[in-house]
Amino acid sequence: MKPKETTEHYILSSSPHTHANSSVSRIMLDVVLALLPTTFAGIWFFGMPAVWTIAVCVSTCIVAEALCRLAMKRDNTIGDLSAVVTGLLLALNLPAGIPLWMAVVGSVFAICVAKQVFGGLGMNPFNPALAARAFMLISFTGPMTTWLRPICRCCGETPDATTMATPLAAMKRLFAADITASATPHAEKALEQIPSLCDMLVGNMPGCIGEVSAIALAAGAAYLLWRKVITWHIPVAFIATVFVYSLIAGGAPAYAQVLTGGVMIGACFMATDYVTSPITAKGKLIFGFGCGLLCMLIRQFGSYPEGCSFAILIMNAVCPLINRWTQPKPFGAK
Amino acid sequence: MKTVKSQFKFAGGVHPDYNKELAREQPIERLPLPSELVISMSQHLGAPAKCLVKVGDFVRRGQIVGEKNGFISVCVRASADGKVKAVEKRLGPAGAKADAIVLDTTVKPDEGEPSAPDAPILPPLDWRSASREELLKRVEEAGICGMGGAGFPTAVKLNPPPGKRCEYLILNGAECEPYLTADYRVMLERAPRIRLGVEIMRKILGGPAVRIAVEANKPEAIAALEKAFADIDGNVEIVVLSVLYPQGSEKHQIFATVGRVVPEPPALPIDVGCVVENVGTVVAIADAVEKGEPLLERVTTVSGDAVAEPKNVLAPCGTKYSDLVAFCGGEKTAPAKVVSGGTMMGFAVSTLEIPTTKTTSGLLLLSGKKVFQYASGACINCGRCLRACPMGLNPALISKAVDANDIKAAEDAHVMSCIECGACSFGCPAYRTITQSCRRAKNSIRARIAAEKAKAAAAANK
Repeated sequence: MKPKETTEHYILSSSPHTHANSSVSRIMLDVVLALLPTTFAGIWFFGMPAVWTIAVCVSTCIVAEALCRLAMKRDNTIGDLSAVVTGLLLALNLPAGIPLWMAVVGSVFAICVAKQVFGGLGMNPFNPALAARAFMLISFTGPMTTWLRPICRCCGETPDATTMATPLAAMKRLFAADITASATPHAEKALEQIPSLCDMLVGNMPGCIGEVSAIALAAGAAYLLWRKVITWHIPVAFIATVFVYSLIAGGAPAYAQVLTGGVMIGACFMATDYVTSPITAKGKLIFGFGCGLLCMLIRQFGSYPEGCSFAILIMNAVCPLINRWTQPKPFGAK
Repeated sequence: MKTVKSQFKFAGGVHPDYNKELAREQPIERLPLPSELVISMSQHLGAPAKCLVKVGDFVRRGQIVGEKNGFISVCVRASADGKVKAVEKRLGPAGAKADAIVLDTTVKPDEGEPSAPDAPILPPLDWRSASREELLKRVEEAGICGMGGAGFPTAVKLNPPPGKRCEYLILNGAECEPYLTADYRVMLERAPRIRLGVEIMRKILGGPAVRIAVEANKPEAIAALEKAFADIDGNVEIVVLSVLYPQGSEKHQIFATVGRVVPEPPALPIDVGCVVENVGTVVAIADAVEKGEPLLERVTTVSGDAVAEPKNVLAPCGTKYSDLVAFCGGEKTAPAKVVSGGTMMGFAVSTLEIPTTKTTSGLLLLSGKKVFQYASGACINCGRCLRACPMGLNPALISKAVDANDIKAAEDAHVMSCIECGACSFGCPAYRTITQSCRRAKNSIRARIAAEKAKAAAAANK
């Protein structure tokens, strides 16, 4: 017998034996990178309160993820960066002035209740950041709907003292104005409260930290599309539905419905969450359409001025059904 | 004869690193006869051949040592003169053991002279005057099976069942597997032999149109084929395919070349009037008819970053991998993984003691740098596998079903249509072993169907 040491240690595995080198952590890193423009825009407009909210949410999410996995006696998964994404997304969906302890509670809810209870990444039925936001909106309604006035960087005014309503509240009144057709002075007053198109694009308006700057959000979305992290289906279907709905329903200009509130960040970053959105292209179109429609129905008829998070959460719940409807047809199948 | 660009693009597919530059410029080199050959009885798809020799027998080059055993089977011939040292179960590339004969090729025959390496084994045939049946019989007795990888008996493929007619003969020169350049070298160096094989096959199949499918990254091969086929008559086209894995898959090649879609299994290409043959097989047919040379050797690409001199080696079937590696200068670095075939669909093997077969298109020695070590995570539903799947399946769903041991759900998701190309696992960011799950489901379903059949047969016998 000749010695065979060199031939007995080859790795055995099922094919394929090569890989595209993609990874979950790389995808999550891409999402974080794509969120950086809007993060910086939020910090630019809302100052240190925004910085603190973001820092607290991200770090709480990481710690909560680690502790949860420890308690569940499972692998530590903070390395996949999904907790960072959840923390960042939650922070970007909060008003800058939120008391930090509430941000901590929301972050813990996002990771522990909305995500890890179901088994962690890949298992959660609802987008964790949005579930936490909805939880906070119900639990802390006041602070969650108190909006800081953006810092006027030119005149040096600080926003700490002044709060104001988001344009959405005014836009909601416009729906009513349109329907009754008698409240013209009302409508004019409401129209005055809608920011200029330029302010909407740049983000110079009250709102959540990360939802105000449409340009920054579009840049991030473009990056995700270029990196092939997301496909165009959900954002396009979502935004197009909102646009067409508001053209038909009247009220505020259609572009204002798209550029204010959570539509941009929702369509590009929240509704495109892999785990909670359909897997097929057709399913994504249905999902995006449903998000847009529900969002506008809530904006027009609901008690809240904004319906984006609830719309996405409801569609999250319908996602398994959409997946069932839209299974792909195999090549060669009748 | 004309060259056209493929008009049809299938959905899905991936772009793995091809790494073909390692061996593509290496002309085909003949391996000196190894001192020992291990000739497996199971070199093809279907029933293994029945071994006809025993220990101590002296066999002649070309002698039938394994008898065709059933309809879907081919005979096995000795690749060289030699004395049978052993008849035993030997490990094959796919990890299963099969009967094999071990030949000592250093022993001289007891009587007579050693066989000349190029003496005709079967009487050469003139394909123009030979009948279709004679040609078909020659393909069968030459022991030819598909050399692209699956090893389907060629004589069966070339003899469509009654009522089915071959309208298109498609030559598969896509060679979409990474690293492999054996078919490329055959097209480059043996284009006239391919033409001869095509003319013979056209006669056997009753004059179908011919489509030669080559990926666009092989312009030299296309040029060589254009030259060889320049004055051929009849409906012959070279179809240039876009570079996309798995262009070499039979069903996808049929779609890419003639735009026809093979229905779900158990439908076969002949159901849409197509016969697909690998270019190497076509050369084997030409040799079997014109030279009387059965399929005894083939070109195998020996490549990978851990082999000293990547080469395209013409070696007798039954050559041990260790002899191929030694011929290619040995190991450059210690290989972490050895793959029989290409990196997308090949088999990882545990030892170099495994012999080549009629279907061994490549032998890859990969260093630790090239081998990914994974820990599979949970599916994040990103949909990359779905977009990569050339069969239009939902691999994520199938792999989750298999994880939950729900084979029925996998079957409902059409797992039987899976061609195991590996595109899903290739792109999976969670490093899930999706292809493996599909194989598990398919094996389990096949086993269940076989058990049901056996039960029905037993009930019928009562």
